Amino acid sequence: MSTRKTSEPFWWGLFSVGGVVAAFLVPVHLFLHGLAVPLGWIPVSPARIQALVGHPLIKLYLFVLIALPLYHWAHRFRFILEDVGLHALRAPIAVLSYGSAVVGTVLTLWVLLR
Amino acid sequence: MSEETITLEVTRYRPGHDREPRAQTFSVPYRKDWVVLDALNHIKDRTDGTLSYRWSCRMGVCGSCGMMVNGVPKLTCAAFLRDYHPGPIRVEPLANFPVVRDLVISLDDFMEKLRRVKPWIIREVEKPVAEGEYLQTPAQLDLYKQFSMCINCMLCYAACPVYGLDPVFIGPAAIALGYRYNLDSRDEGYRIRQPILTEAVGVWDCTFVGECSVVCPKGVDPAAAIQRSKVAGAKEWFMSMLLPWGGR
Ligand code: SF4
Ligand code: FES
Repeated sequence: MSTRKTSEPFWWGLFSVGGVVAAFLVPVHLFLHGLAVPLGWIPVSPARIQALVGHPLIKLYLFVLIALPLYHWAHRFRFILEDVGLHALRAPIAVLSYGSAVVGTVLTLWVLLR
Repeated sequence: MSEETITLEVTRYRPGHDREPRAQTFSVPYRKDWVVLDALNHIKDRTDGTLSYRWSCRMGVCGSCGMMVNGVPKLTCAAFLRDYHPGPIRVEPLANFPVVRDLVISLDDFMEKLRRVKPWIIREVEKPVAEGEYLQTPAQLDLYKQFSMCINCMLCYAACPVYGLDPVFIGPAAIALGYRYNLDSRDEGYRIRQPILTEAVGVWDCTFVGECSVVCPKGVDPAAAIQRSKVAGAKEWFMSMLLPWGGR
């Protein structure tokens, strides 16, 4: 109980900024990289994108874009599982959910810094 | 021509006597200007004097007549029969609370939670009466007025699935009232109250279902109070991590 007491605002904070990223930035990228670029509406060469992605600031941006929504997912997933009746398992569920997001964060870092 | 009637299916239950609650059907005169509470009073006066329920003001002020009407938490003094015509109308005790008898639920848990958030003005030092009242501008009043409209009817607790699942959650009205005093310019109790609102069983248990604000008969919007307290709590948490002196 006491660890929940101190860590709850942290996870909620990540959930909430992750939600902002997921709501405002992710749709833009879905449009750009899911539709506009593949369908040729915006002409950019793969080489140009490659070069962009190499830039440290862009890497930082991508990290925020990918990692934060994972915490949004984790928090929601945790409470969905609790709400469908797995209330007794709240501690392992929290570890599983936030743990997955942490693994995702590490993977993201690894891919970006490789 | 005989008078038109409407059917009420009312939950009856005497813990210790009955094995489980059961619905009893009553037929009452259908009057367009009657509310569900009038129908219950009619039953108690004319048909069955043992029917138990709470009420007082009949005008949406005292907050004691909350019940489930067709499955939705309502003030029965404000729920018109005509809105449920032709019936039948199901009247049950408020959900998520232990039943004392028939439609009467136990207030103990809510009262304990209400006390816990210290819903009164806290001053570090009271100023002497001779110095007069604490003045407040209309703008300062507007800040918290909405949250002060709560009549403690507990409809929001009956609507809250989180509270239904685990009643350790301090719940919508208690948070809204704690928040109301935090916003009051005359109050100095933020540092005492905020840790109670933002402990584990406080605002963080809320998953922002929002039903509390939907059923609230007074427009209090407890969900907004909870969300704003979360933002404040999270900010303070991060500040206290970044700056050793920030969280105090
Ligand atoms: S917040 Fe609204 S629904 Fe909840 S107890 Fe107060 S008046 Fe009733
Ligand atoms: S009887 Fe007072 S609020 Fe309904």
